[in-house]
Amino acid sequence: MPVIKYIKDNKEDIVTLWKKQMDEERPEYSNYTVPHKTMETANENFIDVIFDYLNGNGGESSEGVNVFIEQILQFGWPLSYLTSGLQVFRKVVMDVIDKNVTEAKDLLGLYKRTDAIIDPIFNQLIKDATETWEHTVSMQKSALLELSAPLIPIMEHISVMPLIGTIDTERAKLIMENLLQGVIDHGAEVVLIDITGVPVVDTMVAHHIIQASEAVRLVGSECILVGIRPEIAQTIVNLGIELGEFPTRSTLRKGIETALEMTKRKIINIAQEDGQ
Amino acid sequence: METQASVKIRNEWDIVQARQLGRELSKEMGFGQVDQARITTAISELARNIYLYAQNGEIDVEAFGKVGRIGLKIISTDQGPGISDIRLVMQDGYTTSGGLGAGLPGVKRLMDDFKIHSQEGRGTEIVAIKWLR
Ligand SMILES: Nc1ncnc2c1ncn2[C@@H]1O[C@H](COP(=O)(O)OP(=O)(O)OP(=O)(O)O)[C@@H](O)[C@H]1O
Ligand SMILES: [Mg+2]
Repeated sequence: MPVIKYIKDNKEDIVTLWKKQMDEERPEYSNYTVPHKTMETANENFIDVIFDYLNGNGGESSEGVNVFIEQILQFGWPLSYLTSGLQVFRKVVMDVIDKNVTEAKDLLGLYKRTDAIIDPIFNQLIKDATETWEHTVSMQKSALLELSAPLIPIMEHISVMPLIGTIDTERAKLIMENLLQGVIDHGAEVVLIDITGVPVVDTMVAHHIIQASEAVRLVGSECILVGIRPEIAQTIVNLGIELGEFPTRSTLRKGIETALEMTKRKIINIAQEDGQ
Repeated sequence: METQASVKIRNEWDIVQARQLGRELSKEMGFGQVDQARITTAISELARNIYLYAQNGEIDVEAFGKVGRIGLKIISTDQGPGISDIRLVMQDGYTTSGGLGAGLPGVKRLMDDFKIHSQEGRGTEIVAIKWLR
């Protein structure tokens, strides 16, 4: 008898046994305090997914499988939940077969055929889970990138881009894009690029900043480089980099004062004018 | 005094790691803020050149010397295409990659001693030293 039919015919028994054993397996995840109800639902979905695969409905195209895997990853459960779930499934299937088949020769063949059915599910599930995982990682990476070059409109016509951390090629590209897009969206006349938080300003970083500011100039605005720490000023000079016509100020505060001048405004102290 | 550490350069993140190594060692040796920045920047230039022109190679940093005269040595080695005209690449503004062409002459000015050995088709070795004053 084909094992697959066997499993389907005995589905009820297998599912009941599987759930019982999975419940007993629970202590393995003791560092993950999972509410009993959540675990029950997860197991519920898990066994459905196993049967989805058995019916040939698994894989990327399957809504159920994807939802299930995403849920497991979201819970932060270990991959071992999936592997032990399948191991338990194999064991339960074998137990049920064992109870019903008396002939030893038949038994061995059945065992082998069970493996042949469960192994591909095992591989597919791990593959799907890994793909979901990789997808999540790449999503997080792009989320991090989005955070990495923010352009903040601090007042009319003036925006600030604070850069913090290492600048690699990918981030440099983003700085350029956000700078130009922001200048257009916010109508900024002056953009202050603050490099206080950039640990190393080498030729590549300098080159990208120079290119970005030239691009900003092309769309009719100005860039001011601020937050140049004394040691960074020294290394820039040693590298022989000409910041030339590119205005620089030591601090963001001084940069803002300059930006106000450039947009023909200034900050006045109201308290003094009121004579208080 | 003998401390030595090395980083293989294969991607952009290795450049960051090499820099951190230089930053830590120079701090430990007692270099001031400005020299720490010079050393870190020099490592960044050499490591990026490896990544850009030789694809992979290695950056070594070591503390060496005896009492009274100690220094930090950066050694950059690769088995890349090599440099045929060293005088040319040491000129400010010379670049084959659309960069600023400021890296190598910059490293020479950032550090106290600077030597290049290179053989076309064989690879490049650059040794740069900063003395602790
Ligand atoms: N390790 C190397 N192997 C082979 N060629 C190199 C190596 N390092 C530098 N070069 C060559 O020397 C040129 C000058 O290098 P340098 O670092 O001074 O400037 P760059 O890398 O072109 O630009 P920058 O460093 O200013 O961003 C490079 O364009 C490249 O052709
Ligand atoms: Mg270079």
